[in-house]
Amino acid sequence: MTIDTPGPRDDILRVEHISKRYGAVTALTDVNLHLKRGEVLGLLGDNGAGKSTLLKIICGFQQATSGRILLEGEEVVFKTVQHARSLGVDVVYQDLALVNQLTVYHNMFLNREPVIRPIPLLKNRVMRKLAKEHLDEIGVKIPSVNAEVASLSGGQRQAIAVARSVYSDCKVLLLDEPLAAMGVKEGAMILDLVRGLKQRGNVSIIIIAHNYGQVLDVCDRVNLLQGGKITFDKNSAETSVEELTEIVVAEYRRALAERHRSA
Amino acid sequence: MSETAERSPEVAGPAPGGPRAGNGIGDLARRAGQVFLRQREASVLVIAVVMFLYFAVSTTGFTKHSSIVLIGQYMAPYTIMGIGLVLLMIAGEIDISCGFVWTLAPFSVHFFYDSGLPVPLAIVISILLLSLVGLLNGVVTTVFGVPSLITTLATGYILYGLTLVWSAAQQIPMPPGEIGTGRWFGAGDWSEFIWATIFVAIFHIFLTRTRWGLYTVSVGGNLLGARESGIKVNRIKIGNFMLTSALAAVAGIQESFRIGTIDPSAGQLTVVLVSLAGVVIGGTAMTGGSGTMIGLWLGLLALGILNDGFNLRGIASDKLQIILGAAILLAMIANTYINRLRSAGRLQHKA
Repeated sequence: MTIDTPGPRDDILRVEHISKRYGAVTALTDVNLHLKRGEVLGLLGDNGAGKSTLLKIICGFQQATSGRILLEGEEVVFKTVQHARSLGVDVVYQDLALVNQLTVYHNMFLNREPVIRPIPLLKNRVMRKLAKEHLDEIGVKIPSVNAEVASLSGGQRQAIAVARSVYSDCKVLLLDEPLAAMGVKEGAMILDLVRGLKQRGNVSIIIIAHNYGQVLDVCDRVNLLQGGKITFDKNSAETSVEELTEIVVAEYRRALAERHRSA
Repeated sequence: MSETAERSPEVAGPAPGGPRAGNGIGDLARRAGQVFLRQREASVLVIAVVMFLYFAVSTTGFTKHSSIVLIGQYMAPYTIMGIGLVLLMIAGEIDISCGFVWTLAPFSVHFFYDSGLPVPLAIVISILLLSLVGLLNGVVTTVFGVPSLITTLATGYILYGLTLVWSAAQQIPMPPGEIGTGRWFGAGDWSEFIWATIFVAIFHIFLTRTRWGLYTVSVGGNLLGARESGIKVNRIKIGNFMLTSALAAVAGIQESFRIGTIDPSAGQLTVVLVSLAGVVIGGTAMTGGSGTMIGLWLGLLALGILNDGFNLRGIASDKLQIILGAAILLAMIANTYINRLRSAGRLQHKA
């Protein structure tokens, strides 16, 4: 089942033997995961499989109980989300970190705003120009960079959040349920954005999702997380939605049968 | 809105030669309507102008110099304190202790003057010292998580008690001040008004063109998101509490110079409520994330015009309270309605 992995140096990110316990509850058990340079990896799993926990550990929101993370071959311990971001690992959440009341370009530069010296006024014109160039470059279409984020659609907001992460030179981008609560057209826009980023090749992406059908097409490879363990690792071309669904349903049936037996 | 003003040149009317430059009056009216909806300040401006014209025509003596001076003197201290309240409310907080800082500040100036300091120095020290009230408000609110309404209610009481103890509940004369300090700092006809207007201009730029302003909006608009982006959210809030206290001290000191006496019953909750009225009429949202300095200035100008007009017509000030209440309700209903229009997407943004 496991793909023959080349040397760790080809991997931008390696997660090794990660376990996470909350008191008596074990959320993750000996999880191993690797992400190759420029790859799009789908981290799939049903609700409660441990996807969110793994995401939080990789992006620095939580620390693992045991195990280690290697970024570009070097062991790292992310103390906070900001720390992880400063090292090039960034996450775009479902509930976005954009400020609705600010313009697109102010959001793009939030906490990284260029200012004039000596009187520290914002360089709005510069920000507008750079934001527009960057969004055009990676193919995000919005009415205007001057638009207030509140006036944009969910997909456009997601795209801006992604663009912001890419702009801040992130190497590993985690997308948490990027297509949840999104219409078909909006979803297609986000997937196109991911494809575009893949072609540019500067960033490696992990997409966390529970709906395999939506993201399988854009992923190079998928990992399946079940009950806190990675149970499946295949190239997308070698698997299908049917196979993935079957595995998850089989697990559900097994659990159900066990419960019946013990009852 | 933090960016409305900066966008204003683009929307300040049908630009001749623009890509969609108007054909006829309908287009002009539509554009005017858009500006009106997008610029919250515009509606307040119209109200202020209409009221001014109404009183100018209907009330004898309204346009006299002395009457106009009164409008400026009425609005100025509320505006100065209101600047802090706008910042705080954008950041999602409130301060009702600032009225009691207003009360205490001139006593502090008097104290330092009595201790032998020159008046200007006594003013500066008092303002700096009283900004520590904001530090306390901010720390209790952000670090201990007490809602700011409660925090500042408590510190307000403490300040009120301190004032009564310190003053023995007696009025005292304001120190005269050398080289016309008092005249420049509140007593001159236009002095308060000029200070207020300069402060509004400075803080308008502060709010719309500096990182601090941007972060203030971020903190009020999306606290978690702002923190996620690495913005020191507590520092922003505490700083705005301190600014509010400092500005309230300025307002209290200037009022005492104008009146000539220091009164332990001046300021207090009454001035907070008038300032807040100006803040919300001016278009600052209670929910945080948006607000405007120019709206504040216009809102209090409108209240000043109303106050002056009513006085001249011999209408008792208690009736003014009724009008004030009604004005706040109307302004809030209008704001809510405009917000609904905005979120309904009827206001397209120009590219």
